[in-house]
Amino acid sequence: MTTSTPLLDRPGRAPLADHHRSLGGRAAAALATPGGAVYVLVLLLLVATIAANPNFGDPGVIIRFLGRTAPIAIAAIGQYYVIVSGEFDLSMGAVVAAQVVMAGNLIGQDDSRILPVMVLMLAVGVLIGVLNGLGTTLLGVPSFIVTLGMMLALGGLVDHLTGGAATGNPADAFREIGRGGIQDVPVVDVIPYPLLILVVLGALASWSMRRPFGRSLVAAGDNADAARVSGSSLWWLKTRAFVISSLSATVAGILLVGYAGVHPSVGQGYEFTAITAVVLGGVLLGGGRGWVLSAAAGAVALELLFVLLTALGVESTWRATVQGLIIIAAVAVAGRAWQRGRRPRRTSPSSRHLTHHQPTPGTTTGDN
Amino acid sequence: MSTLLRRGAPLTSTGIVLVLLALSLVVGFVLTAVEGRNFLSTGNISALLTGISILGFIAIGQTLVILVGSLDLSVPYVVSLVSVLAAGTMAGQDGNVLPAVLLALAVAAAIGLVNGAIVAYLGVHGFIATLGTGLVISGYLATNYQGSHGSAPRSFRLVGATQVGPVPVSTLILLGCAVLVVLMLRRTRTGHHLYAVGGNREVARLSGIRTSVPVLVAHTLSSVLAALAGLLLLARLSVGSPTIGSQGDYDLMSIAAVVLGGTLLAGGKGNVVGTLAGVAIFSVLDNVMGVMGVSAFLQDVVRGLVIVVAVAVYARREIDRRPARFERPTGLDAALQEAK
Repeated sequence: MTTSTPLLDRPGRAPLADHHRSLGGRAAAALATPGGAVYVLVLLLLVATIAANPNFGDPGVIIRFLGRTAPIAIAAIGQYYVIVSGEFDLSMGAVVAAQVVMAGNLIGQDDSRILPVMVLMLAVGVLIGVLNGLGTTLLGVPSFIVTLGMMLALGGLVDHLTGGAATGNPADAFREIGRGGIQDVPVVDVIPYPLLILVVLGALASWSMRRPFGRSLVAAGDNADAARVSGSSLWWLKTRAFVISSLSATVAGILLVGYAGVHPSVGQGYEFTAITAVVLGGVLLGGGRGWVLSAAAGAVALELLFVLLTALGVESTWRATVQGLIIIAAVAVAGRAWQRGRRPRRTSPSSRHLTHHQPTPGTTTGDN
Repeated sequence: MSTLLRRGAPLTSTGIVLVLLALSLVVGFVLTAVEGRNFLSTGNISALLTGISILGFIAIGQTLVILVGSLDLSVPYVVSLVSVLAAGTMAGQDGNVLPAVLLALAVAAAIGLVNGAIVAYLGVHGFIATLGTGLVISGYLATNYQGSHGSAPRSFRLVGATQVGPVPVSTLILLGCAVLVVLMLRRTRTGHHLYAVGGNREVARLSGIRTSVPVLVAHTLSSVLAALAGLLLLARLSVGSPTIGSQGDYDLMSIAAVVLGGTLLAGGKGNVVGTLAGVAIFSVLDNVMGVMGVSAFLQDVVRGLVIVVAVAVYARREIDRRPARFERPTGLDAALQEAK
């Protein structure tokens, strides 16, 4: 959010001089923030992966890799909305599982049912998001607990209905969305549909974050009270964020049916992977900082890391360990960087040093 | 603790939790009677108490961590790690029990210290810090242990099996730990600092509190208590298992129990008694649904609903009872406050 608003642009407001640099200067400044640094990380990982496994340098291989990464990147984009508004969505994995099972059981081998069932799946996604959102905002239950409850309830329901076992695969035409692509493209050979969907959703997300909705959402995550006092309808903002999150999990589910088939365990752990990706993308847990496309880039970085580890011949069981070390390191560095980038040269560093959460109303630190 | 003493408050969060517990006991009694069984039989009471102990240890530790404003998602992996380490060290020999227990507690304390240090000194959110260390441990477990490992000697297994009347020894140990933790929270400087740092870290720091100490203490105790749960699981199962912790979903379930017990997820407010009541409510639920023959999957559905509904009940009260100068026009802000 490096754009300056007209209100703060008055002469005599030297602190914002940071934002008045040339395009190159601003790009460099952006790369120095955690949200920009993730792109550097992706590039470094890409170079390292190609060095370890020259086959990966082939554009066709890379584009297929991006297609495989699309579901988690889309989930990360959805999770971003919730996290940047200061909440969590732990129900994502259960939503993916529920949608996958629904697709498997309702579509069957009947091509004509694909469209109605997809509409139904999106409707279920909206419903789950609304329930999460209203539970968090109107009932006043922490989103961690609401979405945890949703995860237990939905996951239990899915397991109960399927008996915990894999069920029939849906029609091939439906699975084609997840595993197919535009064939015979020059250079890259094939453009996977998931990648196209990711690009479209990424563009939409980027656009929406520049709209009043996105701006208010970030504001609500940064300081809910300030956002409320300046006229934002918090419950509506956050409910929309939850709806977007569960819709993105729905889309991820539709894509995953193509790869993984139908099994109630398909979405397992998706929420934590998505949160990891978002955090790796430099988005501040607790809300108010971070860019949506960086969250998607975080997902790509995470998957690239796994590819790199495989290319280096690291046993797959060590993946989790490396993942753990990386996210701790990334967040430790990012936390410091966001704090440095925040309100340049106006606050004393000590007053912001230790707070990584929003101040409690009535007990705000006196820096404004 | 302050919630218990506040004047003019008809019912505190802890009060509501205890009422909920009483309610679930009554409902449990009635439903069990409908099934033609006696809820208060010695066997059932000891089953209830046994159900409490493992999640109880973890939830007490989780309470400390949440009170100080952090989270501990690494507990299931600490439980698994302790279970395989201790089982491997014991290797079925009575003489190895003490070294194994000491080793397990030392490793757990070290993990807790690392968690605390990452949160306190690197400024990483507890969610990410412990998710990270949990992943690190899970990678280690997956690489080095496949299937069950080691075995516990008979003398150690007795800890899990012995009962005093209807009360299992493990429950007595749990209560002992709970009393110690309550004393620490109420009577020691560290305990009070823990609330202060959890309430507002910045204000605590400006008041001259070394904010890192309570964070380190809370995380260390949380891991050590998780280790006790791991040892207890080992005593019951007699072999160590590298997946025992993650199977139990102890991270999320313990957080749910803590919040169910009336502790604010944002920290600074809550107590151990509420947490134990929260764990007991889960145990009663499981017990009753088990008697009624509800499928394991539907049990999850019920649990999920109970968690949300119960927390919603006193999320409302929390707002009503706030003194005027901390005026809150809507319930939203309190939710936001808790949810960060």
